[in-house]
Amino acid sequence: MSGVHLKSVRKTYPNGAEAIRGVDMDIQSGEMIVFVGPSGCGKSTLLRMVAGLESISGGDISIGDRVINDVSPSERDVAMVFQNYALYPHMSVRGNMSYGLKNRKMDKAEIDKRVNDAAKMLKIDAFLERQPNQLSGGQRQRVAMGRAIVRNPQVFLFDEPLSNLDAKLRVQMRIEIKRLQRRMNVTSIYVTHDQTEAMTLADRLAVINDGLVEQMGAPMELYNDPKTLFVASFIGAPQINLIPVKFDGTTLSNGALQLAGFSGLPENTDLVLGIRPDVLRVSGDGQFEMRVDLVEQHGGENLVYGALLGATNNEGDDLEVCLKGDKEMLPDLDGTLRLGFDSSTAFVFRKDTGERLI
Amino acid sequence: MKRVQFEHSPIPYLFVAPQIIIIVVFFLWPAAQAVYQSFLLEDAFGLSSQFVWFRNYSDTIFSAAWLQAFWFTIIFSTLVTALSLGLALLLAVKANEVIQGASTYKTLLMWAYAIAPPVAGLMGNLMFNPLIGDLYGFMNAVGFDFDHKLDPYDAGFVVVLISVWKQVSVNFIFFLSGLQGIPKSVNEAALMDCKSPTRRFWTITFPLLAPTTFFLMVINITYAFFETFGIIDTTTQGAPGGATTTLVFKVFQDGFRGADIGGSSAQSVVLMLLVLALTVIQFRFIEKKVHY
Repeated sequence: MSGVHLKSVRKTYPNGAEAIRGVDMDIQSGEMIVFVGPSGCGKSTLLRMVAGLESISGGDISIGDRVINDVSPSERDVAMVFQNYALYPHMSVRGNMSYGLKNRKMDKAEIDKRVNDAAKMLKIDAFLERQPNQLSGGQRQRVAMGRAIVRNPQVFLFDEPLSNLDAKLRVQMRIEIKRLQRRMNVTSIYVTHDQTEAMTLADRLAVINDGLVEQMGAPMELYNDPKTLFVASFIGAPQINLIPVKFDGTTLSNGALQLAGFSGLPENTDLVLGIRPDVLRVSGDGQFEMRVDLVEQHGGENLVYGALLGATNNEGDDLEVCLKGDKEMLPDLDGTLRLGFDSSTAFVFRKDTGERLI
Repeated sequence: MKRVQFEHSPIPYLFVAPQIIIIVVFFLWPAAQAVYQSFLLEDAFGLSSQFVWFRNYSDTIFSAAWLQAFWFTIIFSTLVTALSLGLALLLAVKANEVIQGASTYKTLLMWAYAIAPPVAGLMGNLMFNPLIGDLYGFMNAVGFDFDHKLDPYDAGFVVVLISVWKQVSVNFIFFLSGLQGIPKSVNEAALMDCKSPTRRFWTITFPLLAPTTFFLMVINITYAFFETFGIIDTTTQGAPGGATTTLVFKVFQDGFRGADIGGSSAQSVVLMLLVLALTVIQFRFIEKKVHY
């Protein structure tokens, strides 16, 4: 087993577009890394560069001690699970799983053993002789996983493998992937735009934005200690409440909204206050009020949405806030709630650079 | 189970009538005529005819000229189909890999599609003209004693070359669209599973092109059997000594040049049966190996 190391990796397309703008990363052996970011941020491109499906314009990618920049995809000892599974439609499930091994001139008995073991592990041993078009989406997904597993590679690459599954199956497969990865202890890189998948699967998470790694760390570290406005807004569901504010030396203000208890912030600069929905509390002596307009009941918890009274967003409209409460919290619609938060649990960012100040 | 019956109206029949009339007038009726005439023997001036049972058929099938045309048609069709499919596949695979100037390149390869077979034949005729033909001059200049007016193999070479050239563009278009129909991710998965491009082609790309290949094979055999008539008529006209006469060309020659309506009809009936048998074989045995 070996880790993956990226040294100032760049990708520039012939038309001059920069997809990856210098990424450094050390992935430890056996670690599960998730690349997360909005569409077009370069996360898939980066994964495909590790796979060898995209050329590397600058920097080095190595697996273990071996630099693989110019090694062909089939010789990098990596296996990939594609978003749409990419099964060979003219081969049976067994054919799909054994194809890569046959091309590597592996012994027939060994191929059979590996295919049967992987099929048993993934519970697809009953379908081995079927064609891919006779399988359901979830089963195809498993075959795609099986094709990667039998290779017994140094690195697994997952390119949004669950995005074509229905919600229930997605949760189930997510758990299975995590278990499999634990059990096989293979270095894995997983690309997703779904922050729940990212949070739950990752040993470490890399938030990618515009071709750069914005922040990398354990999921809870990114949640509790985001370095930038982008990371704070991307990680966490429901999304963090962001309130544009100004600092006058003692208080943060937005219109009639005045929040005391902050210090050491630059004055006359546009700032953004970030408060997670789960640190907001309903309390009589809270700092501000919200007008409730929607309650989402999720079963175990309720999400209360509404406008923050006295404050406006950058366009001058009502500023929406979200509060997370237990299932008993059912405030009257159009009523007001007084909310409070501990200023030590809030974040303050510079609006222009996105850098976190508190 | 009770079935719902709708009131019958004659209007649907009116809508299909034009198609039915076309089929009856231009296909069924002439075919029936051919079958009927294949049992008749006409005098040289077409004034009287006599019912001769299967005489026309036995005369046809046992004549050396018909057998020569039969074997030439088989070899000619095999060569034209194999070469035009093979070349088109090679060109399509290469064109699919081109990144810069791809559309210009593809358009250039498709141009020949717009040329009618007789026109292709005329162009070929000019190029192989013993006085001014560039290809004729070239073949002789590089050391072949080339003369398609006298040598049956040279004549065969000319008609095969022109027929293949004409057909490659059609096959190219279909192969190219077939190649582009293969999902990108399947090719990428193959790239990670198999190092050798040749092996990748034969184990992934080619099997996925099988439906296209099968369809083109049927089209190309039909082309080689029937449509090459225009090419042969404008180049060799079956010469030398009937060496480049296909079955269709012979039907035309015997019927319209030789005024042997009965014999020519018998030949077309035999040809019809041959094509029928060929089609059955294609769909029965080859289609089974195709994954859609």
